[in-house]
Amino acid sequence: MSESESFDPMDPRIDVGEWAENGVDWLDETFGPVLDGISDGLSTVYDAVVDLLTAPPFLVMVVLFAALGWFVRSWQFAIFAAAGFYLIAAMDQWEGAMETLTLVLLSAGMAVLLSVPLGVWAAKSSTVSQIVRPVLDFMQTLPPMVYLIPALAMFGIGSVPGMLATVVFAMPPGVRLTELGIRQVDTEVVEAGQAFGSPPGRILRQIQLPLALPTIMAGINQVIMLSLSMVVLAAMVGAAGLGLDVLSGLTTLDVAIGVEAGLGVVILAIYLDRLVAALADRAPVVKAAKVRD
Amino acid sequence: MVMGLSGSGKSTLIRMLNGLWETTAGDVYIDDVDIAKIGDAELREVRQQKISMVFQHFALLPHRTVAQNAAYALNIQGMEKEERLKKAEEALEMVGLKGWGDKFPAQLSGGMKQRVGLARALAAGSDIMLMDEAFSALDPLIRREMQDQLIELQSRLNKTIVFITHDLNEAMRLGDRIAVMRDGRIVQIGTAEEVLNDPANDYVAQFVADVDRTRVLTASSVMETAQFVVNAEAGPREAQHTMREKQMAAAFAVGRRDNRLQGVVHDKDVVAAVNRGDQKIEGIIDTDVSSVHQDTYLADLFAPSAESPLPLAVVDDDHRLVGVVPRVTLLAAMASISETLHEAEAATAGTETEAVTTEQGGAAS
Ligand SMILES: Nc1ncnc2c1ncn2[C@@H]1O[C@H](COP(=O)(O)OP(=O)(O)OP(=O)(O)O)[C@@H](O)[C@H]1O
Ligand SMILES: [Mg+2]
Repeated sequence: MSESESFDPMDPRIDVGEWAENGVDWLDETFGPVLDGISDGLSTVYDAVVDLLTAPPFLVMVVLFAALGWFVRSWQFAIFAAAGFYLIAAMDQWEGAMETLTLVLLSAGMAVLLSVPLGVWAAKSSTVSQIVRPVLDFMQTLPPMVYLIPALAMFGIGSVPGMLATVVFAMPPGVRLTELGIRQVDTEVVEAGQAFGSPPGRILRQIQLPLALPTIMAGINQVIMLSLSMVVLAAMVGAAGLGLDVLSGLTTLDVAIGVEAGLGVVILAIYLDRLVAALADRAPVVKAAKVRD
Repeated sequence: MVMGLSGSGKSTLIRMLNGLWETTAGDVYIDDVDIAKIGDAELREVRQQKISMVFQHFALLPHRTVAQNAAYALNIQGMEKEERLKKAEEALEMVGLKGWGDKFPAQLSGGMKQRVGLARALAAGSDIMLMDEAFSALDPLIRREMQDQLIELQSRLNKTIVFITHDLNEAMRLGDRIAVMRDGRIVQIGTAEEVLNDPANDYVAQFVADVDRTRVLTASSVMETAQFVVNAEAGPREAQHTMREKQMAAAFAVGRRDNRLQGVVHDKDVVAAVNRGDQKIEGIIDTDVSSVHQDTYLADLFAPSAESPLPLAVVDDDHRLVGVVPRVTLLAAMASISETLHEAEAATAGTETEAVTTEQGGAAS
């Protein structure tokens, strides 16, 4: 109150920044132990996954990535995957790429786990939807680097703040497309579920989610792409991976290393995008619509 | 049968019957249970056991096979997989889709999808079926076929069916009783003939104006008493007497006790029989006589009427002669119908319509 008394309308100064800082400090102080717990847990998981991906010789992993591509999509895609991942290794980016992949998998996974249920909730309740929508708008228009600041403040330097900033940054399309997907399920089909006496949970599981799945998968795809772009930026707070090389290329004006790391990111992006798109095509609704005698 | 213009509240009505939408006033009783007052779980129970629904746009689950769709209601009821698929197969057979169980809805034509919707509702085994414009999305031929199928199924299963339609002819064809709705209210309930011949108000009159009456009114509503009837066991003299009295060239011969139509006797045969001194006319009965059932629609009377030199004989289920339709009566009935039409089109003055209807009624008696 005392501040507003000294407020000069001709020379305004509203301390939004200070409020935000106080808020973050408060979170840090109040939930300090909790945050530490999260941080420890996440970095343990992160280390384990990176170890898992980098433990086998890179050729084994290249073959595994190609096989997965073949299984999910096609042999052409498998060839692309093999060539792409081999190139990454040949550019000396293998370790960075695996770290980046781990960051993406973990943060996109968390973002999906949070955003899909939130999207379902928003689809069910228009109150929730009305609250969530402006928040998502806000989140999507905020410059990505801003997310790093509170993460840094709460978790310090490292991969964990990078991941958590990424989770927040990547969530909006997951929420939006899940809500959209569920809302656009034919009302008559949902009514059919109700009319035959199906409880709401079952309607969600048997009708709404399966029918919304292609749209939800499109959302998940976007979450992954956003995660990828964010984990590269997260190198600024010390997250490992290809981003570090991109950053060092930037700061030392080293074109070679910047291009190599950048190419690695592109290959990862194409691989993940096609993989998820192919998974979406395996959704039962999509398959059933394509069946021809 | 519920009919009414778009927006008159038909879908609203039917969705209140199974509690999909809540009523703001009034009660909905199913077997003495007011479904507006029971809890969600009980309501689901009622929907599972007592009431099923067929949707305008089929509302099938696209990611499930035809058999799984047909078994959906049973799945919700908690029936074991094998048993419910067996029942679903039976229901599919009932609607003429035997062997289609493994297909997906996308592989089916509109008519077939609607049959799956029907099979799903039938498999549920509930006594009440709600059908919201269930046949509206189908093309006329398939629609006709589905109507026939529904009539046929209903004759075996005997369910309570609430059927919504925009199509008057469909309502008249399928319905025992027809409710006409307007602005969220039911303005008249009655049989097809009641609604046609005695509309509650101008709205209903206008509404039914373009019904093809020849497909609603039946032979029994226009037939006249048969005057020239002889007993099949009578002698030729008696037959000759009857024919001379009525000034007819032929007479219908019916059984003495059962009144069954046996054929016609012609004047020259009768005279010949009299001259020969025959005791009975049995030998000269011409059994090649055209007759129509009393429930035949007027539209279907034209062909036999045109071919028959005599008035058409109208018979009941047991082939008893119940009346005749002389060609002139049929033509008069048609004329009054088209007159009704024109007047109704010219924005219906209720009294005039009534006058015509009375005339028509006169022809029928
Ligand atoms: N008795 C009623 N009380 C209040 N609102 C009503 C009532 N009946 C209908 N309505 C409203 O009128 C609108 C149209 O009703 P409805 O969808 O039932 O029409 P319909 O007869 O099914 O039309 P259509 O033939 O186009 O399907 C709805 O929004 C509904 O809420
Ligand atoms: Mg409707």
